[in-house]
Amino acid sequence: MPAPADEATVTKVGSRLSAAAVQVEGLARHYGEREALSGVSLSLSEGQTLVVFGPNGAGKTTLLRVLATLLRPHAGRVQVLGYDLPHEAWAVRGRIGLLAHEPLLYRELTAQENLRFHARLHGVGFERVAELLRAVAMDGRRHEPLRTLSRGMVQRVAVARAVLHDPELLLLDEPRSNLDPAAIELTAPLIGAGSGRTRVICSHDPAGGLAEADLVLGLRDGRAVLLRAAGEIDRAEIAELYR
Amino acid sequence: MRRTVGALLRKELLVELRTLESVPGMSLFAVTTFVIFHFALNRNSVEGDLAAGILWVTLLFAAILGINRLFVADAEEGGFDAFLLAPVDRSAMLLAKFLTLLAYLLVLEIVAVPAFALLLLGPPLSRALPDLLGVLALGDLGVAAVGTLVAALAVRTRARDLLGPLLGLPLLVPIVIGGARATSPLFTLAHPAAPPARWLLTLGLYDLVFGLIAYALFDFLLED
Repeated sequence: MPAPADEATVTKVGSRLSAAAVQVEGLARHYGEREALSGVSLSLSEGQTLVVFGPNGAGKTTLLRVLATLLRPHAGRVQVLGYDLPHEAWAVRGRIGLLAHEPLLYRELTAQENLRFHARLHGVGFERVAELLRAVAMDGRRHEPLRTLSRGMVQRVAVARAVLHDPELLLLDEPRSNLDPAAIELTAPLIGAGSGRTRVICSHDPAGGLAEADLVLGLRDGRAVLLRAAGEIDRAEIAELYR
Repeated sequence: MRRTVGALLRKELLVELRTLESVPGMSLFAVTTFVIFHFALNRNSVEGDLAAGILWVTLLFAAILGINRLFVADAEEGGFDAFLLAPVDRSAMLLAKFLTLLAYLLVLEIVAVPAFALLLLGPPLSRALPDLLGVLALGDLGVAAVGTLVAALAVRTRARDLLGPLLGLPLLVPIVIGGARATSPLFTLAHPAAPPARWLLTLGLYDLVFGLIAYALFDFLLED
């Protein structure tokens, strides 16, 4: 089992980064008696990618939801895009794109109706909807209700939804799930390294995750047991998290 | 705010049109209940207090069906999270849901009131209709305000199907009482009269109070 990331390591990584897009210090979050996150600290600068590894129940999704302003931290300090959460959450909403396990789309609405609904909420023009439907190769099926589409197609629409408002920070929970290789290639310019956005990605894929990461966080039972630059980590350390 | 409410309302109505999960169920429930009353009371016509009571109690229980389903699509399909991530006033969702429930109640009454007149009501509906519409409108505003608040509270719990009616019914009772008392004189066969002002005022005040309570609490209900 990897050694817990000590304060010195965290500080070292944190201090090296300037203009932090995400700054977390001693974050704790619990559900009833169960601690989902405890004492998690990290710092991620603008344009960089943090990949979070950890077995099921390690706290990856909870971390994403705290950063997305959907869950309140119970202890510690969380700053996203320069604003303190939860007090200044209003200032970062609309600047975050979340791709969660659920597509956050209505099954009875078509791809176009769903994206236009989100475009109205974010004050985005419908031409952006058309552009994104083309980008994820869903323009041919834009009038079909989501319940009639495959999970991969729905995931492509969800990717379009996540970047519809051109967010600065992307929070991606296993973004490649349900996507075939062609769809992964299609969505790469939107949510991949080339998108130029700051990204926090939850992943179970050591090879793919390490290839994308600038910084790696390993979670186990809600605690940060690994936090280092991606170049200093090998796949065996990631695999160790899952044992 | 108007743009957001419009977007949410449009989405609500589209989803309901596609699924037909709420309004047809509410309407069918109301008509079936009138049929049951027709046979259970063994009467072809009712009037006065009894008629007003049957109408309002039936509308109340039919409304509960709609209230229970008001936030289900949002809770089950992640609509809450998507809305919470948007840079919009959260009160927009309260207003949109309130208007949605109001629209459901309107359609329900378009079906239920003529069915009630056909199956049970003694006095002619045409005579009572102008005043009845006013009383129904006042009652609907209160049911929509209380219903939206209760639905938002219940939907994030595991026992939402149970909690909705348990919380909603006691809070809706004053509306049923006020509505029935205000409607009763309209359904009198011999000497119909206008709805008593004090019951109309009671309904209006209740609408206002619960509208303000819902506005004050709604943000907290959406919070984690």
